[in-house]
Amino acid sequence: MGQGMSDHILLPEGSIEKLTTTLNLGPTHPATHGVFQNILELDGERILKSVSTVGYIHRAFEKLAERRPLYQITPLTDRLNYCSSPINNMGWHITCERLLGVTLPKRVDYLRIIIMELARIADHLICNSIVGVDSGAFSGFLYLMQYRELIYEIYEEVCGSRLTTNIGRIGGFERNFTNTAFEKLEKFLAEYPVQLREFEKLFNRNRIFMERTIGCGPISAERALNYGFTGPNLRAAGVDYDVRVHTPYSSYEDFEFTIPVGKTGDCYDRFLVRNDEMWQSISLIQQAYNKVKEFKGTEAEVFHADSPAYYLPEKKDVYTKMEALIYHFKIIMGETDIPVGELYSSVEGANGELGFYLISDGGRTPYRLHFRRPCFIYYQAFEELVKGGMLSDAVITMSSLNLIAGELDA
Amino acid sequence: MSLTNELIQQKLTDKFGEELTDWVQPYGMLTFTAPKDLNLKILQFLFDDPELKFQFLTDLQAVHYPANKGAELAVVYHLHNLSDNIRLRLKVFTDINTPDVFSATALYASANFMERETYDFFGVNFKGHPNLRRILNVDEMDYFPMRKEFPLEDQTRIDKDDEMFGRG
Repeated sequence: MGQGMSDHILLPEGSIEKLTTTLNLGPTHPATHGVFQNILELDGERILKSVSTVGYIHRAFEKLAERRPLYQITPLTDRLNYCSSPINNMGWHITCERLLGVTLPKRVDYLRIIIMELARIADHLICNSIVGVDSGAFSGFLYLMQYRELIYEIYEEVCGSRLTTNIGRIGGFERNFTNTAFEKLEKFLAEYPVQLREFEKLFNRNRIFMERTIGCGPISAERALNYGFTGPNLRAAGVDYDVRVHTPYSSYEDFEFTIPVGKTGDCYDRFLVRNDEMWQSISLIQQAYNKVKEFKGTEAEVFHADSPAYYLPEKKDVYTKMEALIYHFKIIMGETDIPVGELYSSVEGANGELGFYLISDGGRTPYRLHFRRPCFIYYQAFEELVKGGMLSDAVITMSSLNLIAGELDA
Repeated sequence: MSLTNELIQQKLTDKFGEELTDWVQPYGMLTFTAPKDLNLKILQFLFDDPELKFQFLTDLQAVHYPANKGAELAVVYHLHNLSDNIRLRLKVFTDINTPDVFSATALYASANFMERETYDFFGVNFKGHPNLRRILNVDEMDYFPMRKEFPLEDQTRIDKDDEMFGRG
């Protein structure tokens, strides 16, 4: 370097003598797929140390929830894991129903399962195809993405919105599924398996992909449990824990399905477990749809529980019926007191066990509400997972963990 | 033999006697309260006992009860025995002026972020935590926002100039 040059460049003190490089991965970086920061200490391309910072999109949902009646909290849950909002919505509804003691008709449970499993597929297909993109295989992403669009159209048909869905109500759905919704569902069931098989053909035994992901970011079953892993990431390490089986909700006990497990807990196993779960979800949707078709006559019109004190009445009833108007007013104004109680309820979110810890002191709003966000809990293992690996391994480890910033920060 | 709430309560009472109080089972989950200096001993016992095997920390958070003088903050642990599929809830109350509670990070790696979050929002000082810093809020923040003395804005207030917010 010439004498003149060095006068202009201001380097931090000690940075020349230092043999390692400090690199910021995030907060806004294409490879993080969300807003969170990792400061990596690198020796060449090897990661010696990493420090994670989260909280860039913290929105104080738990505080906000303390001033909202139950039905107003649903839109907050949308924004946790926004790749599978319906599961969060349903998880919240199920928590409320358990607190309020509302039981649902079977048809509603089955419709919910259809929606939840669609959401799980939407979430897993994003995660898996992004693992592909981050390891250099872009086309699989486009193959699957068109089916996420179809899933979103089904949501749209059911609730009117696509990404942050606010789907359903406490006690059921806001309206019955339309014929178009079922037609789209049939289209999905007919076409998606073909596409998924093609996707698997592209990846599962692809030598480049296998060499890229096998042994990358592995975790043992014991460490995974100690780190509070749940969901596909835990199952990839070989533990068959699934909330749908261990604490069934929404009539999951009526269905036949298996829990796919992996062995090594590395990126490849996580990828395979998610793919297998998509197959299980397709089968669950098919089974649920068959059961829904069995309802005949007035039973086929049931889309909510008979619980007028908590279920928002239909708008046209509000205009014409006295009782509906009263209940509508009481629910909207938050005049309905909720029972005193303390409850932890969880569902199998796309990322793991999504829990709601709700304390009610009997007022119109929760006294305290805590979201157990699976992402937030397993993200702390990231440092251990990438230590000693290459920089590019950190990127695919991050995407195969399926970190969603909305869920990290609440 | 599968584990039941009664059996767990029996084993814990045999070990810790009258120290554990307020045994209840809201919505089927065994819940009890322990003195705060015993929390690690109880967690360790639940972890190590060959029958209890509560080795999975599902969740950890705090609750603020301002009216409960001398024990305003409750730290709540949700534990899960995955092999027998049974959960329990342990509560530890602490004074808000000396909110020191022993950290569970040595037992559960997952407690690290959860305790930081609890510290961040409630100011519970987890003793023995390797890195007790704020996690979701900015480092410069000098209060603990989830405590009840910080209410959300009253939506009926009229002293604010709504025009600035497009609501005028």
